[in-house]
Amino acid sequence: MATDDQPRRADGKSNEYKHPDPVLEGAHDYASVTDKISGIVLTRYTPRSWFLAFGVGFLLLMVFLAAVTYLLFVGTGIWGINVPVAWGFAIINFVWWIGIGHAGTLISAILLLMRQQWRTSINRFAEAMTLFAVACAGLFPVLHMGRPWLAYWLLPYPNVMGLWPQFRSPLVWDVFAVSTYGTVSFLFWFVGLIPDFATMRDKAAHPTLRTIYGLLAMGWRGSAVHWHRYETAYLLLAGLATPLVVSVHTVVSFDFAVSVVPGWHTTVFPPYFVAGAIYSGFAMVLTLVIPIRAIYGLEQMITARHLGNMAKVMLATGLIVGYGYLMEIFMSWYGANSYEQYVTSNRMFGPYAPVFWSLILCNILTPQLLWFRKIRDNVAVLFVIAVVVNIGMWLERYVIVVTSLHRDYLPSSWGMYGGTIWDYATFAGTIGLFLSLLYLFIRVLPMISIFEVRQLISTRRKAE
Amino acid sequence: MDNQRGVDTTMTAPDANHPPERFEADVYGLIAEFETPGQLLKAAHLAREGGYRKMDAYSPFPIEGLSEEVGFHHTGLPAIVLTAGTIGALSGFGLQYWVSKIDYPMNIGGRPLNSWPSFIPVTFELTILFAALAAVIGMIALNGLPMPYHPVFGAPRFARASTDRFFLAIEATDAKFDRKETRAFLESLGAFAVSEVDV
Repeated sequence: MATDDQPRRADGKSNEYKHPDPVLEGAHDYASVTDKISGIVLTRYTPRSWFLAFGVGFLLLMVFLAAVTYLLFVGTGIWGINVPVAWGFAIINFVWWIGIGHAGTLISAILLLMRQQWRTSINRFAEAMTLFAVACAGLFPVLHMGRPWLAYWLLPYPNVMGLWPQFRSPLVWDVFAVSTYGTVSFLFWFVGLIPDFATMRDKAAHPTLRTIYGLLAMGWRGSAVHWHRYETAYLLLAGLATPLVVSVHTVVSFDFAVSVVPGWHTTVFPPYFVAGAIYSGFAMVLTLVIPIRAIYGLEQMITARHLGNMAKVMLATGLIVGYGYLMEIFMSWYGANSYEQYVTSNRMFGPYAPVFWSLILCNILTPQLLWFRKIRDNVAVLFVIAVVVNIGMWLERYVIVVTSLHRDYLPSSWGMYGGTIWDYATFAGTIGLFLSLLYLFIRVLPMISIFEVRQLISTRRKAE
Repeated sequence: MDNQRGVDTTMTAPDANHPPERFEADVYGLIAEFETPGQLLKAAHLAREGGYRKMDAYSPFPIEGLSEEVGFHHTGLPAIVLTAGTIGALSGFGLQYWVSKIDYPMNIGGRPLNSWPSFIPVTFELTILFAALAAVIGMIALNGLPMPYHPVFGAPRFARASTDRFFLAIEATDAKFDRKETRAFLESLGAFAVSEVDV
């Protein structure tokens, strides 16, 4: 591939650096990419592996249904939470899911502002992932409340009780941060879809489909004036989503950092939570994209370049997270606070030591393999590393939540914590919800932004 | 499928000497079809230089500089987004100030009632929320969407405007519009096809 581009430098047409791995392989034109991407949706044929993946997701979703039904009947007593560890799986899972969503926003907004062409084939998919991950995340605080049907009490509205939310509490900030994040992620995703809805409307043969896509496209006709406003709006949204994504995980980390619990009360939390969020998010994008790309034969659009770049982002953010762990340990020693020091040594050598060391293995040691190009190019190994990082990031939240709470200031109130079968069922259930939504999405909507790939072809032609 | 409204599928003038008996008012305009974005950009530029003002171009992806050629410069969006963001910030802070200082004052560890640093996160989130909603709703509304029907949808092969064809429409309301001359002009630009669009 690289040799094609080299000789052109002589005639001065392209002095720009050409990456050896292209973002789009094969001899594609506007019509062929349109047919390829819309063809995945506009067909009666559904690959068997789709049914398999959706089936697993749906089965787990039914587990979720059972777990939540039982929870509503009996209450949060079915979970493992107890008095020193009142924040159990619900908060671990909440932080894990919301972190996963962050990669979607990073890919769609931050890489757009940085004019990274390699975002194009993966942004739609990553945005959908964000949306579904935020939906899963949002369920946990609501279910953790005990009386989920009163969840609207979190919102500031005039009520007969004469009460207002406590705006000095990070938990209220969370409500605003997560709901804003969910809304803006949806807007970003929907705006990106409008021109593709129009393509689907024009491509669909069945009148019902044409009507549905037509309604969603709202009469989009590709007018130059509309495109101009569209691009302005999209850029503004990207500019707004960028500080938003940083603020969301910062606010999530405030839930911990604003408290006085040893192991939580630290200023390193916001940056290292944000890095961890992006780290886990990219791991999740890789976990999902690698099989889907194989199922639908999208290797020409989601190329080695995309996978390699995502692996590099994972490596970089993984190192930031590692630095965060290191600083946490250093500060607990340097701060000379005996409670902080105890939490650190308890994490490493206490009853939860196996979790801590598994976390180090998953999050710090395994990703070091990504330094090697051979490993980044090996799709199967990359997939395994991504799954390991996902597990590692879950363990990280487990360590943060459980080890800090189970032994704090008063030894008389120390205790142990472990998830019950219902904790695991609820967690697995949200994975089911996530997979079901995601596989429905790739079946009914174009999972790659068609118009942006066309634009990529146009830029490539101009460069030639 | 391509031509749902049965308009002029012959792609050329039916008969230059005997134009069909129709009034200018029946015609939305003339639309020229091009095969590349470069051709469309050039055509729009020449049409502008040729004195045409009421026109629009249609393409399957955004083309840099095209909207300026059809005479559109300011989206008006940034001002709307800035205003909405400011309203979001003021209402976010205002809500918290009013709740914490006026309507429900509560002494939390002796901190001031207007403990503004803790009001920043919510203020920030509402700024972003209002601005983002304004950007999207503003874009859709200023574009006049949703608009289920538009005359250009009746043009032959216009469905391909969302795949791989590029169109330039000169509207009948343009002062310089003349069915014969404008058609000849569009054909001279190297259009793949020129057709009349019904209202």
